[in-house]
Amino acid sequence: MATQHSRSAARIMMAPAVILLLGWMLVPLTMTVLFSFKKYLPLRGGDLGWVGFDNYVRFVSSSAFWPSVQVTLVIVGGVLAITVALGVLLALLLDQPMWGQGIVRILVIAPFFVMPTVSALVWKNMFMDPVNGLFAHLWKFFGAEPVSWLSEASIQSIIMIVSWQWLPFATLILLTAIQSLDSEQLEASEMDGASPLARFGYIILPHLGRAITVVVLIQTIFLLSIFAEIYVTTQGAFGTRTLTFLIFQRVLESQNVGLGSAGGVYAIILANIVAAFLMRIVGKNLDS
Amino acid sequence: MGRITLDKVTKRFGTAEVIPPLDLTIEDGEFTVFVGPSGCGKSTLLRLIAGLEDVSSGQIRIDGEDATMTPPAKRGLAMVFQSYALYPHMSVRKNIAFPMKMAKMPQEEQDRRIASAAKALNLTDYLERRPGQLSGGQRQRVAIGRAIVREPSAFLFDEPLSNLDAALRVGMRLEISELHKRLQTTMVYVTHDQVEAMTMADKIVVLRAGYVEQVGSPLDLYHAPQNIFVAGFIGSPKMNFIEGAEAAKYNAHTIGVRPEHIAISDSEGPWSGVVGVSEHLGSDTFFHIHNTGLAETITVRADGEVGFRHGDRVHLSPRTDVIHRFDAEGLRINA
Repeated sequence: MATQHSRSAARIMMAPAVILLLGWMLVPLTMTVLFSFKKYLPLRGGDLGWVGFDNYVRFVSSSAFWPSVQVTLVIVGGVLAITVALGVLLALLLDQPMWGQGIVRILVIAPFFVMPTVSALVWKNMFMDPVNGLFAHLWKFFGAEPVSWLSEASIQSIIMIVSWQWLPFATLILLTAIQSLDSEQLEASEMDGASPLARFGYIILPHLGRAITVVVLIQTIFLLSIFAEIYVTTQGAFGTRTLTFLIFQRVLESQNVGLGSAGGVYAIILANIVAAFLMRIVGKNLDS
Repeated sequence: MGRITLDKVTKRFGTAEVIPPLDLTIEDGEFTVFVGPSGCGKSTLLRLIAGLEDVSSGQIRIDGEDATMTPPAKRGLAMVFQSYALYPHMSVRKNIAFPMKMAKMPQEEQDRRIASAAKALNLTDYLERRPGQLSGGQRQRVAIGRAIVREPSAFLFDEPLSNLDAALRVGMRLEISELHKRLQTTMVYVTHDQVEAMTMADKIVVLRAGYVEQVGSPLDLYHAPQNIFVAGFIGSPKMNFIEGAEAAKYNAHTIGVRPEHIAISDSEGPWSGVVGVSEHLGSDTFFHIHNTGLAETITVRADGEVGFRHGDRVHLSPRTDVIHRFDAEGLRINA
């Protein structure tokens, strides 16, 4: 039959793409797992043979491990909370008819186009610099002592930088969700005597549930692996060493590929645990 | 009580005047239907009454009190929307309870009203379902239930049946009429369907481009349309309009004859023509007659099955006592 024939033809046609993508994923993953069972020090003897679970034990028992997991979760949680809360508010604001709506919307999206390295540099030098930064000037203008943001409030600063970058993404998705809300529902609730606050709580927020889920899931995937912002600002100092950064240090600064690979496998496990939790908590919003 | 008075109400969107100064009184307990072609301002008028739009000038009084600036929730009116506007994430029970919850009504009273509304609307078995799991007719009933529990002084319906299929529409039409008979509450109903207007209304308001063309009972409008627009809008199939020499015989610019007031025969009658399309409904047959020399087509209604075929030459005789006469402006000439 023609359909049978075209189906197998389709499989053959798709095969190169599928194989390429699969290889792209599987080869690095397999190599990471392989290296994690080896003592591999590129500058100090190279491949020194199999060591079983030694790397895994060493990585976990290092005093830096649990704090790094904690920092990772704090940053992810903080950014999620800020972007979702502000994103909902901004989306509500942008949904109002106003003059110059198109331009304002583009301006709001703009931060998303700035590369993480660049935005971190801009924040570090233009805003947060304790001597010349805008914040320092602002503080001095009010007679306060300038804060050296990246050393005194390092984790908050990084949360702020990353939130600034991801807020447009959240706003954009939530804005489209708000626009899809049937205006008759709002009018009906208005006639039913709901105050603006009640309308938000009972009608708008439940309607946004699914969009918020999408924002949280997608952002979590990317936020678990933030790196450039930390590399450019604190270099992992002042309690900002995330799991990703710890792995980077093990592999490139300590030149211990095996230990870093074991950390990589832990990172995969952590990401899956977080994802499972999120799916459990918010995933029910995706049903029906 | 639910007497609604509009006093020189106007509505402008920017420079476009949607409702020119309009006076209208809806009596307590009356079933009033706003009918007109799409874009005639009937929905806007309803939304002005509901308070969802602000009037540009004029006054709206409900039970004698000025309600022009009163927010929608405080007007004591309940509205049923075209899309039903049910809250999709709430069960039927919570949907119906919502207005009472907003009014902070005691729980026992809420439960009592929900139970009685559910019973009246046949929703008792569906109270725990979500709107997404209901059929169109059931959603419609939930929307009505949500309106009923508020015990409003008037119900506003915005084309509530236009999303239902034909069979369901006839059923819901009866249910709404019966609800009105039982509650004796004022109802204002917007539709573009003249059949709904004729069958349900105590009073019909025919609107065109924001102007009230005629206000009256369904039979007033049928028997004595004030102008050509109303004459053509009310009645199905549409009234036949004839201009020229034939109309001049009756001292009119235009005469109108309803399809049911023309007799068709194969031998005698003052008018003649050729049968075009014929629509057989069983109880009636509608013939579209061409080449009469009077108008493009003349529609004729015959009782039951009549054996004329496409292309047959037929003779028509209008009932001269029910011919409607209109002057050059399209206004009715009274006998």
